[in-house]
Amino acid sequence: MRLLNFWMTHGAELGAMIERHLFLVLWSTVVAAAIGLPAGIVAAHRPRIGRPLLAAASIAQTIPSLALLGFLLPLPFIGGIGPRIAIVALVLYALLPIVRSTAAGLRSIDPSVRDAGIAMGMTPRQLLWLVELPLALPSIVAGIRIATIVGIGTATIAAAIGAGGLGEYIFRGLSMVDSTVILAGAIPAALLALIADGVLTWVERRLAPGRQRLPRAAPAAVAAASLLVAALAAVGIGSARPDAIVVGSKNFTEQVLLGELLAQTLERRGLTVTRRLNLGGSFICDRAIRAGDIDAYVEYTGTALAAILKKPIVKEPEAAFTAVRDAYGRAGLSVLPPLGFNNTFAIVVRGADAQALNLRTIDDLRRVQTQWRPGFGYEFAERTDGYSGLASAYGLHFTTPPRVMDLDLVYRALAGRQVDVIAGDATSGLIKALDLAMLTDNRRYFPPYHAVPIVRAAVLLAHPEVREALARLAGTISEDDMRAMNAAVDVDHRDVAATVKEFLTRVQ
Amino acid sequence: MGVNVDVRAALGGAPMVSLAGVRFAYGERVILDDLHLSIAAGESVALVGRSGAGKSTLLKLINRLLLPQSGTILVQGRDTRDWDPIALRRRTGYVLQEIGLFPHLTVEENVALVPRLEGWPPERRRARAHALLDLVGLPAAEFAARWPRELSGGQRQRVGVARALAVDPPILLMDEPFGALDSTTRDELRSEFQRIRRHLRQTVVLVTHDRDEAFALGDRVTVLEQGRLTCAS
Repeated sequence: MRLLNFWMTHGAELGAMIERHLFLVLWSTVVAAAIGLPAGIVAAHRPRIGRPLLAAASIAQTIPSLALLGFLLPLPFIGGIGPRIAIVALVLYALLPIVRSTAAGLRSIDPSVRDAGIAMGMTPRQLLWLVELPLALPSIVAGIRIATIVGIGTATIAAAIGAGGLGEYIFRGLSMVDSTVILAGAIPAALLALIADGVLTWVERRLAPGRQRLPRAAPAAVAAASLLVAALAAVGIGSARPDAIVVGSKNFTEQVLLGELLAQTLERRGLTVTRRLNLGGSFICDRAIRAGDIDAYVEYTGTALAAILKKPIVKEPEAAFTAVRDAYGRAGLSVLPPLGFNNTFAIVVRGADAQALNLRTIDDLRRVQTQWRPGFGYEFAERTDGYSGLASAYGLHFTTPPRVMDLDLVYRALAGRQVDVIAGDATSGLIKALDLAMLTDNRRYFPPYHAVPIVRAAVLLAHPEVREALARLAGTISEDDMRAMNAAVDVDHRDVAATVKEFLTRVQ
Repeated sequence: MGVNVDVRAALGGAPMVSLAGVRFAYGERVILDDLHLSIAAGESVALVGRSGAGKSTLLKLINRLLLPQSGTILVQGRDTRDWDPIALRRRTGYVLQEIGLFPHLTVEENVALVPRLEGWPPERRRARAHALLDLVGLPAAEFAARWPRELSGGQRQRVGVARALAVDPPILLMDEPFGALDSTTRDELRSEFQRIRRHLRQTVVLVTHDRDEAFALGDRVTVLEQGRLTCAS
């Protein structure tokens, strides 16, 4: 019942996700067929090329999907967040069944039939189009069918890198530990797989005139069954208490701390709170709060404007806050006053270098741009309000192109002298711990990223004490406070709840 | 039969097929050695030999599925090396031992395939296929739309013969055409084939391991042994 209810209230969103899911699978299968068919023909006709080709496709198939996405992320052209990279990954998975079944279909043709074609004076091209491909077609379609079914399953992983699709429900449900949301994504995905299997099996039979075929529903049934089992296994892991305020957060230390901070503040006012921390990126939190799956989380003004609302960047902090508040207000979400600190991008160098070379501002970097190697996280390297904007605002031209790596690694890479300048977070606890120095953004290139609690307006109406409690947090957390709390968790491995409790006791 | 008559007129008395000093080996294994054979237009020659004697190889040399290591093979006076292989094969009917009907095509489509490759208009292809099916004793009304798997062995072989005759090729190569059939069907097909031949007067090169078949179908019978031919009739 809860599931039906969920689908009913999320109808438009569900439709859009199915559409996106099909988009990912259809495109990747079409591209894989366009590459896999010729590859399969070559593999069948020239075993010497065919064997390594099949081996390569097999290897691609064995890479775990998340790992494959990880490998592809930093690549030029195909890398980056979004559907493109998901399609590339899905194509790699779809290739093996298509290449293999094309080659197998061609090889299984009775040699006397091929001989007859040649003896009758067919050119190699006529032999391929009039004899070989029509005879291999059922096998080719079977390969495409398997590729499609595998694709429908694998495409759920695409949500991890922001490509959308039904996996979004599964990921959201997993991180919120809500089986209803998992099922809301898993069941339609299983049904899509069954439908695709049915349709393509029918096509396969139609394409085999004058020949009998065995019934072949087995692979799809297995795929669908395992998806269902996985989904059902998640049932009973637990669901939110009906009257609790659900607090969410993104999946990095500072966000978990801030989520915990909201939760403890509300609990101190006697409210019941359900924590759904570590939800994933901004995108997933935004979807979750708009869908009413969470009631509150902390966002940053700059992120809200650029990444979520897709609005032009506003450099003036007050104006940025107003713009964010107005835009969220129209969606039934209230933006509460900023918590105080500005978690903007920070250009960070080694403390020793800063002293020795007297580097204070980002402008000063121009003195070292021919020798220094920059290192950035994926987001900063990719976004137009990241490196490319910074470079043109400051007239920076590093001779060495930036090394792109996971954001967690850039600090260590800087301390370990693998790179010399990085873009990090102004509030990172590692800045202090690793003896790093932040350069002043003297041209005010980076937009403000002030932390603001976002709460569903409906919750504020039902529980006026929520607004009152959270409003008291306004302006209480300085950059130093946030850095200290981050360091306590990241560097000293302190408990999140204890760190937050200590802080709240101190400020109140 | 227009093509056929023209070609014979043009050639006069020259042999349709002639092999001189032909040698063919698969690596070390010599299959044919210093082989000489001349076949007149309209003649039917049967070659008898054990399996592995090089019978099929000899046929494949005639329609350039293979080229000899030495010696020359002239078809209609021209060396097979100089023939465009596609053109040569299209004017050479070939009945395979395994028949090799296309399982994804109907009986009619199988018979009409070479005309289709030659670009005949659909109506003419259809008419030709139906006429040939009637000729080989498979009434088109009943058999044209069937799939090869719906036919008996003898019926398939009849389709194989009809397919080989489709563009009325001057030369017909037959590789153990009726070998795999039961004796009743074989006898029936043999007499049927003699009737067809009287009708068409193709030049036929037939290979078989069966002496009875050779004498029944060949105007002349030669024996292929150790890569050479010895006369038997």
